[in-house]
Amino acid sequence: MELKVIAQDSPAPTGGCTSGACGSSTDAMAHLPDHVRKKVHNHPCYSEEAHHHYARMHVAVAPACNIQCHYCNRKYDCANESRPGVVSELLTPEQASKKVLAVASAIPQMTVLGVAGPGDPLANPQRTFETFRRIVDKAPDIKLCLSTNGLALPEHIDEIVALNVDHVTITINCVDPKIGAQIYPWVFWNHKRVMGAKGAKILIKQQQRGLEMLVERGILVKVNSVMIPGVNDRHLEEVSKIVKTKGAFLHNVMPLIAEAEHGTFYGVMGQRGPTKQELSDLQDACAGDMNMMRHCRQCRADAVGLLGEDRGQEFTMEKIEAMEVDYSAAMERRARVHEGIEAHRKTMAQAVQPTKEMLAPIGTPPARIAVTTKGSGVVNEHFGHAKEFLIYEASPEGVRFIGARKIANAYCVGPDVCPSGDDKGTVLDAILAALFDCSAVVSAKVGIEPWSRLEAAGVTPSGTYAMDDIETAVRGMYGELIEQGWAAKDLSVQAAG
Amino acid sequence: MALSIIESCVNCYACEPLCPSDAISMGERHFRIDAKACTECDGDYADPQCASICPIEGAILDASGQAINPPGSLTGIPPHRLDAVEAEIRAR
Ligand code: SF4
Ligand code: SF4
Repeated sequence: MELKVIAQDSPAPTGGCTSGACGSSTDAMAHLPDHVRKKVHNHPCYSEEAHHHYARMHVAVAPACNIQCHYCNRKYDCANESRPGVVSELLTPEQASKKVLAVASAIPQMTVLGVAGPGDPLANPQRTFETFRRIVDKAPDIKLCLSTNGLALPEHIDEIVALNVDHVTITINCVDPKIGAQIYPWVFWNHKRVMGAKGAKILIKQQQRGLEMLVERGILVKVNSVMIPGVNDRHLEEVSKIVKTKGAFLHNVMPLIAEAEHGTFYGVMGQRGPTKQELSDLQDACAGDMNMMRHCRQCRADAVGLLGEDRGQEFTMEKIEAMEVDYSAAMERRARVHEGIEAHRKTMAQAVQPTKEMLAPIGTPPARIAVTTKGSGVVNEHFGHAKEFLIYEASPEGVRFIGARKIANAYCVGPDVCPSGDDKGTVLDAILAALFDCSAVVSAKVGIEPWSRLEAAGVTPSGTYAMDDIETAVRGMYGELIEQGWAAKDLSVQAAG
Repeated sequence: MALSIIESCVNCYACEPLCPSDAISMGERHFRIDAKACTECDGDYADPQCASICPIEGAILDASGQAINPPGSLTGIPPHRLDAVEAEIRAR
């Protein structure tokens, strides 16, 4: 499935343009050299399309951290890389490499290994790089990546280059130390704890230097930012411009998640996170500036699996110790699977030839359509089993991806167990809230009960597109909506929560 | 003259590689400082390294048993505010 990219004929407004008005620009990656664009196009983490076919995993080998963030409680994993309140099982480099080989032979789609925590990988350089060295030795078909706050980045550039690390994510929340002082209470630098704006200034300088050095050495750099309303929300557009100019290929804005229970500074002090609408507006505003990643799932520091799924439970250390892995045999098997995936992607890309034709007459309002999938780029998940909805927006100009929305509980708990009584209502309420801006939901199958509730809420359910590729399904559904003369939703309305 | 680590340590490993005296090691439940080996970093650094990177308030004590990083000093959360919020959560 090749999503047609919608061109923008006028420069994107710098202020909060409505989601309907600006698409991701064709030129979003125009500033990047060819080899980078090619790398991104096929990347399981960065290409929305490749994401359906390949998977990544993280190993938790890096417990220490060299800074404090106000959205993080150090009793838990790094909040940049995990949902709050999660504690990963800490692995030694030896255990981690065992785990990676075991997972890679069981899940051939797994092609990227990341170290992202539970602290900062570069605050634990020995553990992080030893893990990488072991993988490079035994499993050269796996790409390596790491995520860092950037403080120790410049001093480790040579090692990162030597190990052929594929990409680095830097979390950059600001470029102004005064704003930084409201996000980072301290950094550990030069054998001292440096507090407030002074510390933030050091961190910012190191992040920017690290970014420049990585780009210079030809390593892909993604930048993550946490959107904190009233603190850095207005500042992030500037951050976006700066990191793009310096050569970051992607800027990913994530929402602050702050609850008193997490025991973080923001949680306890009552700092709120952004609403879905605020987040989406900022992402749009930044998208005018550069390519934005909307499918990021904020996976856990020890996550394993494809798309939003987590198969970590199948690979606990106990189970791994008992496994016998013949990696050279696995590598051959993996190569065959990858060939099959590539062939499949090619057929899918041909099936959906980007058309020059309009999907609808100009002036037809856009519609957001939710899709449930288990991967492979097709509609193959039942409504009741989905824990994640992919949101697409269809407009006369084409289809674009808006983002992935997770829900805490799928409508049904097991393959055959669907809720009864009051539970049914609450689970469905949460789903409806997540689909607040959608006019339709396209699934492999939708049960009778949710069907009528969805309809009543103005979300047309459909099971007609089972096993179709996602773009074909979204186009078809958009056509149906137009035919029915559906009541278009105002896509600029403020969402609750 | 020695610092000590108490049970609120979260085993983040941050302090261990920084110690110039090799005084820190993983104990049974948490990291610990060998009192005979700890020099309080005297002669090596201006500040004791373990207490300068430790993210947990109260986890490291000075020779007299006082917390080097008292409540609120690292997170910026005023202790009375934390108490109030925790009490409110318990009451839910
Ligand atoms: S005070 Fe210095 S010497 Fe003593 S344990 Fe901490 S780091 Fe080591
Ligand atoms: S830095 Fe603090 S929390 Fe981390 S291991 Fe050392 S004493 Fe424990």
